[in-house]
Amino acid sequence: MTAGERTTNPSLAPSSAAASAGPRPFGGLYAGNARSVMARGWRATRSTNWLVVVSGFFEPIFYLLSMGLGLGALIGQVQTDDGQSVPYAAFIAPALLAVAAMNGAIYDSTWNVFFKMQFARLYEGMLSTSLGPLDVALGEISLALLRGLLYATGFLVVMQALGLNLSWWALLALPAVLLIAFGFASVGMAVTSYMKTFQQMDWITFVLLPMFLFSATFYPLSVYPQGIQWVIQALPLWHGVELVRGLTTGMVDLGMLWHVLYYAVMIVIGLVFTTRRLRALFLD
Amino acid sequence: MPAPVIATQNLVKSYAVTGSKAARGSTDFVAVDGISFEVAAGESFGLLGPNGAGKSTTMRMIGAVSTRTSGELSVLGLDPNRYGPEIRSQLGVVPQENNLDTELKVRENLLVYGRYFGLPRAQVARRADELLEFAQLEDKANAKVDDLSGGMKRRLTIARALINEPRMMLLDEPTTGLDPQARHILWDRLFRLKEQGTTLLVTTHYMDEAEQLCDRLVVVDKGRIMAEGSPADLIRRYSSREVLEVRFGSTQNAEVAERIAAFGERVEVLPDRILVYSDSGERELERMSAVGLHPITSLVRRSSLEDVFLRLTGRNLIE
Repeated sequence: MTAGERTTNPSLAPSSAAASAGPRPFGGLYAGNARSVMARGWRATRSTNWLVVVSGFFEPIFYLLSMGLGLGALIGQVQTDDGQSVPYAAFIAPALLAVAAMNGAIYDSTWNVFFKMQFARLYEGMLSTSLGPLDVALGEISLALLRGLLYATGFLVVMQALGLNLSWWALLALPAVLLIAFGFASVGMAVTSYMKTFQQMDWITFVLLPMFLFSATFYPLSVYPQGIQWVIQALPLWHGVELVRGLTTGMVDLGMLWHVLYYAVMIVIGLVFTTRRLRALFLD
Repeated sequence: MPAPVIATQNLVKSYAVTGSKAARGSTDFVAVDGISFEVAAGESFGLLGPNGAGKSTTMRMIGAVSTRTSGELSVLGLDPNRYGPEIRSQLGVVPQENNLDTELKVRENLLVYGRYFGLPRAQVARRADELLEFAQLEDKANAKVDDLSGGMKRRLTIARALINEPRMMLLDEPTTGLDPQARHILWDRLFRLKEQGTTLLVTTHYMDEAEQLCDRLVVVDKGRIMAEGSPADLIRRYSSREVLEVRFGSTQNAEVAERIAAFGERVEVLPDRILVYSDSGERELERMSAVGLHPITSLVRRSSLEDVFLRLTGRNLIE
């Protein structure tokens, strides 16, 4: 047995080098090793959670088939807010894609994170290594993104097969979906880090479900009176739906950059709060 | 003398008491109240005290996962406030409650943990196999964590803490909740580490554990150090060579206690028994029967750290 045997690994050597390195940009918050947290998630998914991953993949496809093709046969064409008309299935497919990104990201960053924090004490273990809280936050969020990317790619392929991508701009829907997932994962993890009970966690569902139903997902925003339109436009999913819809239908304009900015802000705010909270919880 | 691996000077940790009461008359809860001690490289050092004495909080500050409120602290020559990751990369931490990754298999726990330290994959894999052997878990490599016994989980946690070849191990209540056999296996493993020169810092509320593992220890109560020394040294200083434990039945104890108050060096009356501290327990027992006192049960034993703690605080370690 060689528990006491020491290799001369420079990173483990007594840190005279570290001591003279001076203050670092992120202090003790970031060790540049988020990939080890992702690798952990990948292993865990492979051995225990793969069924959840697969079911999440099919959910939006089932919605698309039942509502897009089923209801779509009754509805026919829809007038978009730009005044153009598109087949109903092509109208809701990008919205479902945005919703899939949101759901995948939210599942990984809320329920998964909640369980790991409250019960598995996983982060406590991670943070007693050389990892910092930002490594943990970035690692977990990137994993959620990867999953979002997987769902989105599959869904786009199905859309292509059904002839629902009306433009080559649709290719840009992939990075758009990643952006949406990043925004939701980042804020989701921040919110979850403040949650203490299952009852509080139910509030997340309570917020997400109406957002899914009413964010111009299944019909154009113009059906609402002006006041309600403003409320919907303040919510994140509407920005995601509009962004992806613009790309897959090819109705692209510069105003879409506002949607991008909205998500960029979400990402930053979520990361700041998550890192701060993880630090308060585990490195106080 | 080489520089100490841990040096604390007046270390304090207080928490703001949250909630509405605190807002009105805000008083902080002081978990660690001015602790000073030093640990030399290769030494096995213990923090002995009851639950809530501030041992785990001290351990967390040393482990660079909790910032001190005031005082000086140096771990492996570095200040944990500034060099948390550098310090943690050289520590092996065994927390009070196991926090193994239950979504991963036994060997995977070691592999993944090693990667958190940024160690190369091949090195971690080799090390994982060595540690499985060390923890006597070779045939459990592909088992689920939840299927392990309590003792096995504890050994796996210790193996995991060794994956980065730490210079120092922090063991918080390493054998609490284990059966006697599992405890002895664990002590044996820890003893081997000690023989190999790893510095051990152990918190415990078991005096037998402190006697087994620690070269030197501090007795901690209510966030303060009550005494410091080797187990034998502390027993010599604060207790007698032997202890006579007698029981007269709960109704009689108080009355008898008055009659034997002058026996031995000191008499301690507990709710269920009386302890007489003396060089010779047998001699005190004879004196008792000479004055016509015949306890229901009697036991002569050597003094332990439990007696030291009782002497210092007037309370038992395990309440």
